[in-house]
Amino acid sequence: MDFIAEGFKKAFVLIVHFDGELLGIIALSLKVSGLALVISSVAGLPTGAFIALKRIPAKGALISVMNTFMGLPPVVAGLFLYLLLSRSGPLGFMGLLYTPWAMVAAQTVLAFPIVTSLTHAAVVGVDPIIRQASMTLGASPFQVTRTIVAEARYGILSGVMAAFGRVMAEVGAILIVGGNIAGRTRVMTTAIALETDKGNFELALALGIILLAISLMINVLLHLVQRKGSLRTELWL
Amino acid sequence: MALTLQVTDIMKSYDGKAALKGCSFVFDSAGVYALMGPNGSGKSTFLRICALLEKPDHGDVSYFSGEGVLPPDRGLRRRITMVLPRVGVFNTSVFGNAAYGLHMRGYPGRETERRVHRALEAVGLVPKQRQNALTLSSGETQRLGLARALVIEPELLFLDEPTASIDEENRSIVEEIILRLKGEGRTTVVITTHDREQAERLAGRVILMHAGGIVGEKPKIE
Repeated sequence: MDFIAEGFKKAFVLIVHFDGELLGIIALSLKVSGLALVISSVAGLPTGAFIALKRIPAKGALISVMNTFMGLPPVVAGLFLYLLLSRSGPLGFMGLLYTPWAMVAAQTVLAFPIVTSLTHAAVVGVDPIIRQASMTLGASPFQVTRTIVAEARYGILSGVMAAFGRVMAEVGAILIVGGNIAGRTRVMTTAIALETDKGNFELALALGIILLAISLMINVLLHLVQRKGSLRTELWL
Repeated sequence: MALTLQVTDIMKSYDGKAALKGCSFVFDSAGVYALMGPNGSGKSTFLRICALLEKPDHGDVSYFSGEGVLPPDRGLRRRITMVLPRVGVFNTSVFGNAAYGLHMRGYPGRETERRVHRALEAVGLVPKQRQNALTLSSGETQRLGLARALVIEPELLFLDEPTASIDEENRSIVEEIILRLKGEGRTTVVITTHDREQAERLAGRVILMHAGGIVGEKPKIE
Protein backbone atom coordinates (compact mmCIF):
# COMPACT_ATOMS: atom_id res chain seq x y z
CA MET A 1 0.00 0.00 0.00
CA ASP A 2 2.94 2.32 0.68
CA PHE A 3 3.77 2.22 -3.00
CA ILE A 4 0.44 3.72 -3.88
CA ALA A 5 0.56 6.47 -1.27
CA GLU A 6 4.14 7.19 -2.29
CA GLY A 7 3.06 7.25 -5.93
CA PHE A 8 0.38 9.83 -5.29
CA LYS A 9 2.82 11.93 -3.25
CA LYS A 10 5.46 11.76 -5.96
CA ALA A 11 2.92 12.58 -8.67
CA PHE A 12 1.87 15.63 -6.71
CA VAL A 13 5.49 16.73 -6.15
CA LEU A 14 6.33 16.21 -9.83
CA ILE A 15 3.36 18.25 -10.95
CA VAL A 16 3.82 21.17 -8.58
CA HIS A 17 7.52 21.39 -9.38
CA PHE A 18 6.87 21.50 -13.12
CA ASP A 19 9.62 19.01 -13.71
CA GLY A 20 11.03 19.86 -17.14
CA GLU A 21 11.66 16.31 -18.22
CA LEU A 22 8.22 15.23 -17.12
CA LEU A 23 6.57 18.12 -18.95
CA GLY A 24 8.51 17.18 -22.06
CA ILE A 25 7.27 13.60 -21.80
CA ILE A 26 3.66 14.74 -21.27
CA ALA A 27 3.88 17.19 -24.18
CA LEU A 28 5.27 14.55 -26.52
CA SER A 29 2.58 12.06 -25.46
CA LEU A 30 -0.12 14.57 -26.24
CA LYS A 31 1.48 15.65 -29.50
CA VAL A 32 1.94 12.10 -30.79
CA SER A 33 -1.48 10.80 -29.71
CA GLY A 34 -3.27 14.04 -30.64
CA LEU A 35 -1.78 14.10 -34.12
CA ALA A 36 -2.51 10.40 -34.61
CA LEU A 37 -6.09 11.02 -33.53
CA VAL A 38 -6.52 13.96 -35.89
CA ILE A 39 -5.10 12.03 -38.85
CA SER A 40 -7.13 8.90 -38.12
CA SER A 41 -10.30 10.96 -37.65
CA VAL A 42 -9.81 12.94 -40.84
CA ALA A 43 -9.31 9.67 -42.73
CA GLY A 44 -11.58 7.38 -40.70
CA LEU A 45 -14.68 9.54 -40.47
CA PRO A 46 -15.33 9.84 -44.21
CA THR A 47 -14.24 6.23 -44.73
CA GLY A 48 -16.70 4.94 -42.12
CA ALA A 49 -19.50 7.13 -43.48
CA PHE A 50 -18.69 6.05 -47.05
CA ILE A 51 -18.81 2.35 -46.16
CA ALA A 52 -22.09 2.89 -44.33
CA LEU A 53 -23.85 4.94 -46.99
CA LYS A 54 -22.60 3.69 -50.33
CA ARG A 55 -23.21 0.43 -52.09
CA ILE A 56 -19.79 -1.09 -52.42
CA PRO A 57 -18.72 -4.63 -53.29
CA ALA A 58 -17.63 -6.92 -50.45
CA LYS A 59 -18.96 -4.48 -47.86
CA GLY A 60 -19.46 -7.22 -45.28
CA ALA A 61 -15.89 -8.46 -45.66
CA LEU A 62 -14.57 -4.91 -45.37
CA ILE A 63 -16.49 -4.33 -42.16
CA SER A 64 -15.23 -7.63 -40.73
CA VAL A 65 -11.65 -6.65 -41.56
CA MET A 66 -12.12 -3.24 -39.93
CA ASN A 67 -13.63 -4.79 -36.82
CA THR A 68 -10.75 -7.25 -36.62
CA PHE A 69 -8.23 -4.44 -36.92
CA MET A 70 -9.91 -2.69 -34.01
CA GLY A 71 -8.34 -5.39 -31.88
CA LEU A 72 -4.96 -5.26 -33.59
CA PRO A 73 -2.32 -5.88 -30.92
CA PRO A 74 -0.12 -2.78 -30.69
CA VAL A 75 3.06 -4.86 -30.75
CA VAL A 76 1.97 -6.42 -34.03
CA ALA A 77 1.25 -2.98 -35.51
CA GLY A 78 4.64 -1.86 -34.21
CA LEU A 79 6.39 -4.85 -35.69
CA PHE A 80 4.91 -4.30 -39.18
CA LEU A 81 5.72 -0.64 -39.09
CA TYR A 82 9.23 -1.41 -37.85
CA LEU A 83 9.77 -3.73 -40.81
CA LEU A 84 8.48 -1.06 -43.19
CA LEU A 85 10.54 1.75 -41.71
CA SER A 86 13.76 -0.08 -40.86
CA ARG A 87 16.79 0.79 -42.97
CA SER A 88 16.37 -2.30 -45.16
CA GLY A 89 12.59 -1.93 -45.37
CA PRO A 90 10.65 -0.42 -48.28
CA LEU A 91 10.22 2.92 -46.48
CA GLY A 92 13.64 2.90 -44.84
CA PHE A 93 14.89 5.73 -47.06
CA MET A 94 12.59 8.13 -45.19
CA GLY A 95 14.64 7.75 -42.03
CA LEU A 96 11.59 7.82 -39.78
CA LEU A 97 12.40 4.93 -37.43
CA TYR A 98 12.96 6.07 -33.83
CA THR A 99 11.37 9.45 -34.48
CA PRO A 100 8.06 10.82 -33.14
CA TRP A 101 6.72 10.59 -36.72
CA ALA A 102 7.05 6.81 -36.65
CA MET A 103 5.12 6.84 -33.37
CA VAL A 104 2.40 9.00 -34.90
CA ALA A 105 2.18 6.55 -37.82
CA ALA A 106 1.94 3.57 -35.44
CA GLN A 107 -0.83 5.15 -33.39
CA THR A 108 -2.68 6.24 -36.51
CA VAL A 109 -2.67 2.61 -37.66
CA LEU A 110 -4.22 1.65 -34.32
CA ALA A 111 -6.78 4.46 -34.15
CA PHE A 112 -7.97 4.44 -37.77
CA PRO A 113 -9.95 1.15 -37.62
CA ILE A 114 -11.62 2.25 -34.38
CA VAL A 115 -12.74 5.60 -35.79
CA THR A 116 -13.80 3.97 -39.06
CA SER A 117 -15.68 1.06 -37.50
CA LEU A 118 -17.48 3.10 -34.88
CA THR A 119 -18.35 5.83 -37.41
CA HIS A 120 -19.72 3.11 -39.66
CA ALA A 121 -21.77 1.67 -36.80
CA ALA A 122 -23.06 5.11 -35.79
CA VAL A 123 -24.06 6.06 -39.33
CA VAL A 124 -25.69 2.69 -40.03
CA GLY A 125 -27.61 3.11 -36.78
CA VAL A 126 -29.31 6.30 -37.98
CA ASP A 127 -33.00 5.61 -38.64
CA PRO A 128 -33.56 5.27 -42.42
CA ILE A 129 -36.46 7.69 -42.11
CA ILE A 130 -33.93 10.51 -41.64
CA ARG A 131 -32.67 9.99 -45.17
CA GLN A 132 -36.22 10.00 -46.54
CA ALA A 133 -37.25 13.04 -44.51
CA SER A 134 -34.18 14.87 -45.73
CA MET A 135 -34.99 13.95 -49.33
CA THR A 136 -38.60 15.08 -49.05
CA LEU A 137 -37.38 18.45 -47.83
CA GLY A 138 -35.32 19.04 -50.93
CA ALA A 139 -31.81 18.12 -49.78
CA SER A 140 -29.19 17.33 -52.42
CA PRO A 141 -27.41 13.94 -52.14
CA PHE A 142 -24.51 15.66 -50.38
CA GLN A 143 -26.86 17.45 -47.98
CA VAL A 144 -28.63 14.16 -47.26
CA THR A 145 -25.27 12.57 -46.37
CA ARG A 146 -24.35 15.54 -44.20
CA THR A 147 -27.67 15.28 -42.37
CA ILE A 148 -27.24 11.55 -41.71
CA VAL A 149 -23.68 12.07 -40.42
CA ALA A 150 -24.90 14.95 -38.23
CA GLU A 151 -27.53 12.63 -36.76
CA ALA A 152 -24.78 10.13 -35.96
CA ARG A 153 -22.57 12.74 -34.29
CA TYR A 154 -22.78 11.37 -30.75
CA GLY A 155 -21.84 7.88 -31.89
CA ILE A 156 -19.03 9.24 -34.00
CA LEU A 157 -17.62 11.25 -31.13
CA SER A 158 -17.75 8.14 -28.96
CA GLY A 159 -15.62 6.43 -31.61
CA VAL A 160 -13.11 9.27 -31.55
CA MET A 161 -13.01 9.09 -27.75
CA ALA A 162 -12.48 5.33 -27.83
CA ALA A 163 -9.65 5.78 -30.32
CA PHE A 164 -8.08 8.41 -28.13
CA GLY A 165 -8.27 6.09 -25.14
CA ARG A 166 -6.54 3.38 -27.14
CA VAL A 167 -3.66 5.50 -28.37
CA MET A 168 -3.04 7.24 -25.06
CA ALA A 169 -2.87 3.90 -23.27
CA GLU A 170 -0.85 2.11 -25.91
CA VAL A 171 2.79 1.20 -25.31
CA GLY A 172 3.78 -1.74 -27.54
CA ALA A 173 3.79 -0.04 -30.93
CA ILE A 174 5.50 3.20 -29.94
CA LEU A 175 8.10 1.33 -27.94
CA ILE A 176 9.09 -0.68 -31.03
CA VAL A 177 9.11 2.15 -33.58
CA GLY A 178 10.03 4.99 -31.21
CA GLY A 179 12.64 3.26 -29.14
CA ASN A 180 11.87 5.13 -25.89
CA ILE A 181 14.82 7.50 -26.37
CA ALA A 182 15.05 10.01 -23.52
CA GLY A 183 14.25 13.53 -24.66
CA ARG A 184 13.30 12.37 -28.16
CA THR A 185 10.78 9.57 -28.25
CA ARG A 186 10.00 8.92 -24.61
CA VAL A 187 6.32 9.28 -23.83
CA MET A 188 4.31 8.56 -20.70
CA THR A 189 3.50 4.93 -21.33
CA THR A 190 7.01 3.98 -22.41
CA ALA A 191 8.42 5.89 -19.41
CA ILE A 192 6.09 3.96 -17.10
CA ALA A 193 7.24 0.66 -18.64
CA LEU A 194 10.90 1.69 -18.21
CA GLU A 195 10.53 2.91 -14.62
CA THR A 196 8.67 -0.29 -13.69
CA ASP A 197 11.52 -2.34 -15.20
CA LYS A 198 13.99 -0.35 -13.15
CA GLY A 199 11.96 -1.02 -10.01
CA ASN A 200 11.21 2.67 -9.68
CA PHE A 201 7.59 2.00 -8.79
CA GLU A 202 6.75 5.36 -7.20
CA LEU A 203 7.76 7.28 -10.31
CA ALA A 204 5.98 4.75 -12.56
CA LEU A 205 2.87 5.08 -10.46
CA ALA A 206 3.14 8.87 -10.42
CA LEU A 207 3.35 8.87 -14.20
CA GLY A 208 0.35 6.52 -14.35
CA ILE A 209 -1.69 8.83 -12.16
CA ILE A 210 -0.79 11.83 -14.31
CA LEU A 211 -1.66 9.88 -17.46
CA LEU A 212 -5.07 8.99 -16.04
CA ALA A 213 -5.68 12.56 -14.94
CA ILE A 214 -4.84 13.86 -18.43
CA SER A 215 -7.12 11.27 -20.02
CA LEU A 216 -9.91 12.29 -17.67
CA MET A 217 -9.43 15.97 -18.49
CA ILE A 218 -9.47 15.35 -22.22
CA ASN A 219 -12.55 13.17 -21.99
CA VAL A 220 -14.36 15.82 -19.97
CA LEU A 221 -13.28 18.39 -22.57
CA LEU A 222 -14.53 16.21 -25.43
CA HIS A 223 -17.79 15.73 -23.59
CA LEU A 224 -18.19 19.50 -23.33
CA VAL A 225 -17.34 19.89 -27.02
CA GLN A 226 -19.94 17.22 -27.77
CA ARG A 227 -22.59 19.17 -25.89
CA LYS A 228 -21.55 22.44 -27.44
CA GLY A 229 -21.39 20.72 -30.84
CA SER A 230 -24.97 19.64 -30.48
CA LEU A 231 -25.99 23.22 -29.77
CA ARG A 232 -24.06 24.40 -32.78
CA THR A 233 -25.73 21.79 -34.94
CA GLU A 234 -29.04 23.15 -33.78
CA LEU A 235 -28.07 26.60 -34.95
CA TRP A 236 -26.68 25.22 -38.17
CA LEU A 237 -29.80 23.24 -38.88
CA MET B 1 -52.32 25.39 -60.02
CA ALA B 2 -48.87 25.62 -61.52
CA LEU B 3 -48.03 21.93 -61.35
CA THR B 4 -50.00 19.08 -62.81
CA LEU B 5 -49.16 15.54 -61.86
CA GLN B 6 -50.03 12.76 -64.22
CA VAL B 7 -49.60 9.17 -63.09
CA THR B 8 -49.93 6.57 -65.81
CA ASP B 9 -50.32 2.84 -65.27
CA ILE B 10 -47.81 2.54 -62.44
CA MET B 11 -46.95 -0.82 -60.99
CA LYS B 12 -44.79 -1.62 -58.01
CA SER B 13 -44.00 -4.81 -56.20
CA TYR B 14 -41.90 -5.66 -53.18
CA ASP B 15 -40.31 -9.10 -52.98
CA GLY B 16 -42.56 -10.36 -55.74
CA LYS B 17 -45.69 -9.12 -54.00
CA ALA B 18 -47.60 -6.54 -56.01
CA ALA B 19 -48.31 -3.33 -54.11
CA LEU B 20 -49.65 -1.35 -57.06
CA LYS B 21 -51.27 -2.91 -60.10
CA GLY B 22 -51.51 -0.30 -62.81
CA CYS B 23 -52.72 2.95 -61.24
CA SER B 24 -53.47 6.04 -63.30
CA PHE B 25 -54.64 9.43 -62.17
CA VAL B 26 -54.26 13.10 -63.00
CA PHE B 27 -53.97 15.69 -60.27
CA ASP B 28 -54.76 18.75 -62.31
CA SER B 29 -56.41 21.26 -60.08
CA ALA B 30 -55.54 22.88 -56.79
CA GLY B 31 -57.40 21.56 -53.80
CA VAL B 32 -57.34 18.57 -51.52
CA TYR B 33 -57.37 15.00 -52.78
CA ALA B 34 -57.89 12.12 -50.39
CA LEU B 35 -56.68 8.61 -51.12
CA MET B 36 -58.89 6.23 -49.23
CA GLY B 37 -58.65 2.53 -48.78
CA PRO B 38 -58.01 -0.20 -46.26
CA ASN B 39 -54.53 -1.02 -44.95
CA GLY B 40 -52.39 -2.62 -47.62
CA SER B 41 -54.40 -1.16 -50.47
CA GLY B 42 -51.32 0.63 -51.80
CA LYS B 43 -52.11 4.20 -50.70
CA SER B 44 -48.70 4.90 -49.16
CA THR B 45 -46.79 3.30 -52.03
CA PHE B 46 -48.81 5.35 -54.51
CA LEU B 47 -48.07 8.51 -52.53
CA ARG B 48 -44.35 7.79 -52.24
CA ILE B 49 -44.08 7.20 -55.97
CA CYS B 50 -46.01 10.41 -56.70
CA ALA B 51 -43.66 12.28 -54.33
CA LEU B 52 -40.67 10.88 -56.29
CA LEU B 53 -39.35 9.03 -53.25
CA GLU B 54 -39.53 5.74 -55.10
CA LYS B 55 -39.54 4.74 -58.74
CA PRO B 56 -42.31 2.57 -60.11
CA ASP B 57 -41.39 -0.79 -61.69
CA HIS B 58 -43.56 0.16 -64.63
CA GLY B 59 -45.47 3.23 -65.72
CA ASP B 60 -44.88 6.97 -65.68
CA VAL B 61 -44.99 9.73 -63.16
CA SER B 62 -44.90 13.05 -64.98
CA TYR B 63 -45.09 16.56 -63.68
CA PHE B 64 -46.19 19.31 -66.01
CA SER B 65 -46.18 23.02 -65.72
CA GLY B 66 -46.90 25.73 -68.29
CA GLU B 67 -43.79 24.91 -70.29
CA GLY B 68 -44.32 21.15 -70.58
CA VAL B 69 -42.99 18.03 -68.86
CA LEU B 70 -40.57 18.71 -66.03
CA PRO B 71 -37.56 16.46 -65.55
CA PRO B 72 -37.59 14.70 -62.15
CA ASP B 73 -34.59 16.69 -60.94
CA ARG B 74 -33.88 18.58 -57.74
CA GLY B 75 -35.59 21.67 -59.12
CA LEU B 76 -38.86 19.75 -59.32
CA ARG B 77 -38.30 17.90 -56.05
CA ARG B 78 -37.98 21.25 -54.32
CA ARG B 79 -41.43 22.30 -55.52
CA ILE B 80 -43.11 19.31 -53.86
CA THR B 81 -42.80 17.66 -50.47
CA MET B 82 -44.19 14.84 -48.42
CA VAL B 83 -44.79 14.44 -44.71
CA LEU B 84 -44.04 10.85 -43.77
CA PRO B 85 -46.26 8.97 -41.31
CA ARG B 86 -43.43 8.81 -38.75
CA VAL B 87 -42.25 12.31 -39.80
CA GLY B 88 -38.56 11.60 -39.13
CA VAL B 89 -37.51 14.51 -36.94
CA PHE B 90 -33.87 15.48 -36.79
CA ASN B 91 -32.05 15.47 -33.46
CA THR B 92 -32.06 19.23 -33.12
CA SER B 93 -34.42 21.97 -31.99
CA VAL B 94 -37.97 22.39 -33.22
CA PHE B 95 -36.80 25.58 -34.94
CA GLY B 96 -33.88 23.76 -36.55
CA ASN B 97 -36.23 21.10 -37.89
CA ALA B 98 -38.66 23.61 -39.29
CA ALA B 99 -35.85 25.61 -40.90
CA TYR B 100 -34.26 22.55 -42.52
CA GLY B 101 -35.84 22.84 -45.96
CA LEU B 102 -34.92 26.51 -46.20
CA HIS B 103 -31.33 25.86 -45.15
CA MET B 104 -31.08 23.20 -47.85
CA ARG B 105 -32.24 25.84 -50.34
CA GLY B 106 -29.76 28.42 -49.07
CA TYR B 107 -32.32 30.92 -47.80
CA PRO B 108 -30.91 33.89 -45.88
CA GLY B 109 -31.29 33.94 -42.10
CA ARG B 110 -33.89 36.67 -41.83
CA GLU B 111 -36.22 35.16 -44.41
CA THR B 112 -35.76 31.75 -42.78
CA GLU B 113 -36.69 33.13 -39.38
CA ARG B 114 -39.74 34.89 -40.76
CA ARG B 115 -41.04 31.81 -42.55
CA VAL B 116 -40.27 29.41 -39.73
CA HIS B 117 -41.99 31.64 -37.23
CA ARG B 118 -45.07 31.82 -39.43
CA ALA B 119 -45.17 28.04 -39.91
CA LEU B 120 -44.60 27.29 -36.23
CA GLU B 121 -47.31 29.78 -35.36
CA ALA B 122 -49.70 28.01 -37.72
CA VAL B 123 -49.09 24.67 -36.00
CA GLY B 124 -48.92 26.15 -32.49
CA LEU B 125 -45.32 25.22 -31.78
CA VAL B 126 -43.75 28.67 -31.27
CA PRO B 127 -43.48 28.19 -27.48
CA LYS B 128 -41.50 24.98 -28.07
CA GLN B 129 -39.21 26.20 -30.81
CA ARG B 130 -36.03 25.96 -28.69
CA GLN B 131 -36.90 22.50 -27.39
CA ASN B 132 -35.28 19.41 -28.88
CA ALA B 133 -37.71 18.02 -31.42
CA LEU B 134 -37.21 14.44 -30.20
CA THR B 135 -38.94 15.36 -26.95
CA LEU B 136 -42.23 16.30 -28.65
CA SER B 137 -45.38 14.22 -28.30
CA SER B 138 -46.61 12.29 -31.33
CA GLY B 139 -49.24 14.91 -32.09
CA GLU B 140 -46.71 17.72 -31.84
CA THR B 141 -44.32 15.72 -34.02
CA GLN B 142 -46.98 15.49 -36.73
CA ARG B 143 -47.55 19.22 -36.48
CA LEU B 144 -43.82 19.84 -36.73
CA GLY B 145 -43.75 17.65 -39.84
CA LEU B 146 -46.43 19.85 -41.31
CA ALA B 147 -44.58 23.05 -40.31
CA ARG B 148 -41.41 21.69 -41.90
CA ALA B 149 -43.35 21.24 -45.13
CA LEU B 150 -45.20 24.57 -44.90
CA VAL B 151 -42.04 26.68 -44.67
CA ILE B 152 -40.96 25.61 -48.13
CA GLU B 153 -44.34 26.61 -49.55
CA PRO B 154 -44.71 23.54 -51.76
CA GLU B 155 -46.94 23.50 -54.80
CA LEU B 156 -47.81 19.88 -54.09
CA LEU B 157 -47.96 18.54 -50.56
CA PHE B 158 -48.33 14.83 -49.87
CA LEU B 159 -49.46 13.84 -46.39
CA ASP B 160 -49.31 10.15 -45.54
CA GLU B 161 -51.76 9.39 -42.75
CA PRO B 162 -51.25 12.78 -41.12
CA THR B 163 -53.66 12.12 -38.27
CA ALA B 164 -53.45 8.35 -37.87
CA SER B 165 -51.87 8.21 -34.44
CA ILE B 166 -52.74 11.49 -32.81
CA ASP B 167 -55.42 12.75 -30.47
CA GLU B 168 -58.50 14.78 -31.27
CA GLU B 169 -56.99 18.17 -30.49
CA ASN B 170 -53.93 17.63 -32.66
CA ARG B 171 -56.06 16.19 -35.41
CA SER B 172 -58.22 19.28 -35.58
CA ILE B 173 -55.12 21.52 -35.74
CA VAL B 174 -53.78 19.47 -38.66
CA GLU B 175 -57.14 19.49 -40.41
CA GLU B 176 -57.48 23.22 -39.92
CA ILE B 177 -54.17 23.78 -41.69
CA ILE B 178 -55.15 21.51 -44.57
CA LEU B 179 -58.40 23.43 -44.97
CA ARG B 180 -56.52 26.71 -44.82
CA LEU B 181 -54.23 25.55 -47.63
CA LYS B 182 -57.29 24.51 -49.57
CA GLY B 183 -58.78 27.96 -49.08
CA GLU B 184 -55.60 29.71 -50.19
CA GLY B 185 -55.63 27.66 -53.39
CA ARG B 186 -51.87 27.77 -53.96
CA THR B 187 -51.08 24.23 -52.86
CA THR B 188 -52.45 20.93 -54.00
CA VAL B 189 -52.71 18.60 -51.02
CA VAL B 190 -52.90 14.83 -51.39
CA ILE B 191 -53.58 12.92 -48.19
CA THR B 192 -54.01 9.27 -47.43
CA THR B 193 -56.52 8.30 -44.81
CA HIS B 194 -58.84 5.50 -43.93
CA ASP B 195 -61.16 7.81 -42.10
CA ARG B 196 -64.13 8.31 -44.42
CA GLU B 197 -65.43 11.29 -42.47
CA GLN B 198 -62.09 13.01 -42.53
CA ALA B 199 -61.87 12.51 -46.28
CA GLU B 200 -65.31 14.03 -46.61
CA ARG B 201 -64.40 16.96 -44.38
CA LEU B 202 -61.18 17.83 -46.15
CA ALA B 203 -61.08 16.66 -49.71
CA GLY B 204 -62.61 17.99 -52.87
CA ARG B 205 -62.02 14.63 -54.52
CA VAL B 206 -61.85 11.26 -52.84
CA ILE B 207 -59.97 8.51 -54.67
CA LEU B 208 -60.76 4.98 -53.59
CA MET B 209 -58.05 2.36 -53.60
CA HIS B 210 -58.30 -1.36 -53.10
CA ALA B 211 -55.73 -4.17 -53.44
CA GLY B 212 -53.19 -2.05 -55.30
CA GLY B 213 -55.56 -0.41 -57.72
CA ILE B 214 -57.62 2.76 -58.00
CA VAL B 215 -61.13 1.40 -57.98
CA GLY B 216 -63.05 4.60 -58.30
CA GLU B 217 -63.63 8.13 -57.29
CA LYS B 218 -66.20 9.34 -54.94
CA PRO B 219 -67.36 12.74 -56.07
CA LYS B 220 -67.88 15.09 -53.25
CA ILE B 221 -70.58 17.63 -53.02
CA GLU B 222 -68.85 20.89 -52.14
